[in-house]
Amino acid sequence: MAEKKLRQIAIYGKGGIGKSTTTQNTVAGLASIGKKILIIGCDPKADSTRLILHAKAQDTVMDKVRELGTVEDLELEDVMRTGYREIKCVESGGPEPGVGCAGRGVITAINFLEEEGAYTPDLDFVFYDVLGDVVCGGFAMPIRENKAQEIYIVVSGEMMAMYAANNIAKGILKYAATGSVRLAGLICNSRNTDCEAELIEALAKRLGTQMIHFVPRDNQVQRAELRRMTVIEYSPEHKQAEEYRQLAKKIFENKKFVIPTPLEMEDLEDLLMEFGIMEAEDESIVGVAESA
Amino acid sequence: MSECAIKKVTEISGEEVKKISEWIDTKEYAEKNFAREALVINPAHACQPLGAQLAAYGFEGTLPFVHGSQGCASYYRSTFNRHFREPAPAVSDAMTEDGAVFGGQNNLFEGLENAYTLYKPKMTAIFTSCMPEVIGDDLNAYIKNAKQKELIPADHPTPYANTPSFSGTHIHGYDAMLKAILADLSAGKKAEGKCSGKLNLLPGFDGNVGNLREYKKILAALEIPYVLQADISDTMDSPLDGKYNPYPGGTRLEDAAEIVNAKATISLQKYSTLNTMKWVKAECSGSADVLPLPFGVKKTDQFILKLSELFDKPIPESLKAERGHAVDAMTDAHQYLHNKKFALFGDPDYLLGLVSFLLEMGARPYHILCSRASKKFTKEMQALIDESPYGKGCNIWTNKDLWHLRSLLATDPVDMLIGDTHGKFAARDTNTPHLRVGFPIIDRVNLHRSPIVGYSGAINLLTQIANKFLDIKDDTCEDRFFEMMR
Repeated sequence: MAEKKLRQIAIYGKGGIGKSTTTQNTVAGLASIGKKILIIGCDPKADSTRLILHAKAQDTVMDKVRELGTVEDLELEDVMRTGYREIKCVESGGPEPGVGCAGRGVITAINFLEEEGAYTPDLDFVFYDVLGDVVCGGFAMPIRENKAQEIYIVVSGEMMAMYAANNIAKGILKYAATGSVRLAGLICNSRNTDCEAELIEALAKRLGTQMIHFVPRDNQVQRAELRRMTVIEYSPEHKQAEEYRQLAKKIFENKKFVIPTPLEMEDLEDLLMEFGIMEAEDESIVGVAESA
Repeated sequence: MSECAIKKVTEISGEEVKKISEWIDTKEYAEKNFAREALVINPAHACQPLGAQLAAYGFEGTLPFVHGSQGCASYYRSTFNRHFREPAPAVSDAMTEDGAVFGGQNNLFEGLENAYTLYKPKMTAIFTSCMPEVIGDDLNAYIKNAKQKELIPADHPTPYANTPSFSGTHIHGYDAMLKAILADLSAGKKAEGKCSGKLNLLPGFDGNVGNLREYKKILAALEIPYVLQADISDTMDSPLDGKYNPYPGGTRLEDAAEIVNAKATISLQKYSTLNTMKWVKAECSGSADVLPLPFGVKKTDQFILKLSELFDKPIPESLKAERGHAVDAMTDAHQYLHNKKFALFGDPDYLLGLVSFLLEMGARPYHILCSRASKKFTKEMQALIDESPYGKGCNIWTNKDLWHLRSLLATDPVDMLIGDTHGKFAARDTNTPHLRVGFPIIDRVNLHRSPIVGYSGAINLLTQIANKFLDIKDDTCEDRFFEMMR
């Protein structure tokens, strides 16, 4: 039997874009075809695993470290929970907002998981669900060498989401030069903006990648979330569940891994103007008050 | 003189000072002290990068390179200077404010290029201080970039270790750097069916170069070919001949690389080589054993018998005679150590070794204090103490500092304290005799040259302890008890 190769995947995207929801639904989709998966939430908010565990929030690595005062006495079973279809879940956690260093929390948590042997040979996938933007070295930890090699960016047709996606691509480019991390695609989590699919397709093309799937907006997602469940588990027959299964299948079969070609700010703005998201700038009105 | 000439900083009366200094020796204060959670006072350990630097010194032509702040690098250097009383060359890429904001890649680039050009090392061993660890610098990527840019040759060995000072202790940094060096040098060297026939001996974090020479002596007597993996004995104790050599001694890099094809590997310090031994078990041919530090006769026997068994060598007469001398010396000195109470602090492996030795002598280890110790260590220590009636009543204190130790010495006193120089304040305050063992020893001279492992080490150790007691007796006894013979 050929040895299983562990695929490590990181999901990035602007805050509030739906990374955690998309990740958990996709993971549920992969689990429903028998894949063994570990999710590592890399966000101090610690909301990356609640739909899988049906829990409000699981104890995070950093919660336990805070309690014990040291990471040395921490055991894997203190922080790893198993949920829907044997999906293993860990949350790195972090400090309260406004204090400490959340990035270091991610580094500490991932080092701990490696040392304690969380990456068992039976796993097919590890998913890192990472906070908003690659704001500091700590949040790039999941894409260092020998960690995640495929990055998916969750994006929508809104301007700021696309800015963020482009910034993340810049971060990946830095690491791709020396390591094997690659951009694997954009996941469009629809906000029902105009020409959204076309726009994201165009952005993907400019970044040298693909829009791997267009996830339409559907309130079924919220209905499932109220029950702390993925759509896949809550209503497997629903058409939205099928969308996530499609996305899971595409990720499973994906072979298109690229070094991204991020856009210069001007090019990105041109693209947005082309699609009417942004209006051409009129320099004559800049800095002039209404009453003048 | 005007009245503002000298203003007293505090108005606390001599009486008040006396009252407080008496109060901090009480049980009441000790309870408050042990309830303390918020801070550490005089910790009984150093930080990870210091340990990493000592591992780097163990290899030929190796320049320790601190990716991080300059002040941190000075601390490690000056500690080694003061302990070994030798030069301790190392470089730092001096990260400052802008490095913290933009990442330390440019510092590493310039640092590597300069250091390579100026100091011509055979290997640059890179490790980190706190700052790059907090901001998440990716050393691996930075070093690769430096080689891609041809700032240093692509084939120049640059093992690296992440050694944040704020987690673990010097022994963990030692472990991380040692593993990185061995893995880097041996990459791609493993050959099926090839066996160097040699022993890899891992001494672990040890500031006593005499100990390393003692191991060499034992191995030579047994005629066992060996490679000491991280040999600081010449780097940190080179002959004074008027010439300065920045890279004296150290394990030859070719020899270190052969670790993967060895006949056997033995670590003598479980806790300071945990990850290295994990790597050895996974990557190296031959047997892999972890033995206790050979302090005292019992543990030295265990070490020598293991060597003899692994390499099928008879025990030579010279070692048998040495053992006999040690047993003789123990018998002669035993009455001065018997039933005496000891407090000890230090690194886990040293503590296990010292306790084993004391129990062997019929002495009573009474307070054992280890900062940042794992539960496994506590279990192992408890088992060791339970083996002997002299272990009865012994207390193991983990994750405590030397201010806790002071309270212990004041409220539940012992006959002698064993530990490094940092214990001297607690010893003085509580009038406890203090034998310097461990790292660093910066207020006594040449102790790092005097072995305390093996049979001769046992003789050295018990001689020091017994004579200290005898000195005290002569210094303090009444005239009528001042005897010619003791």
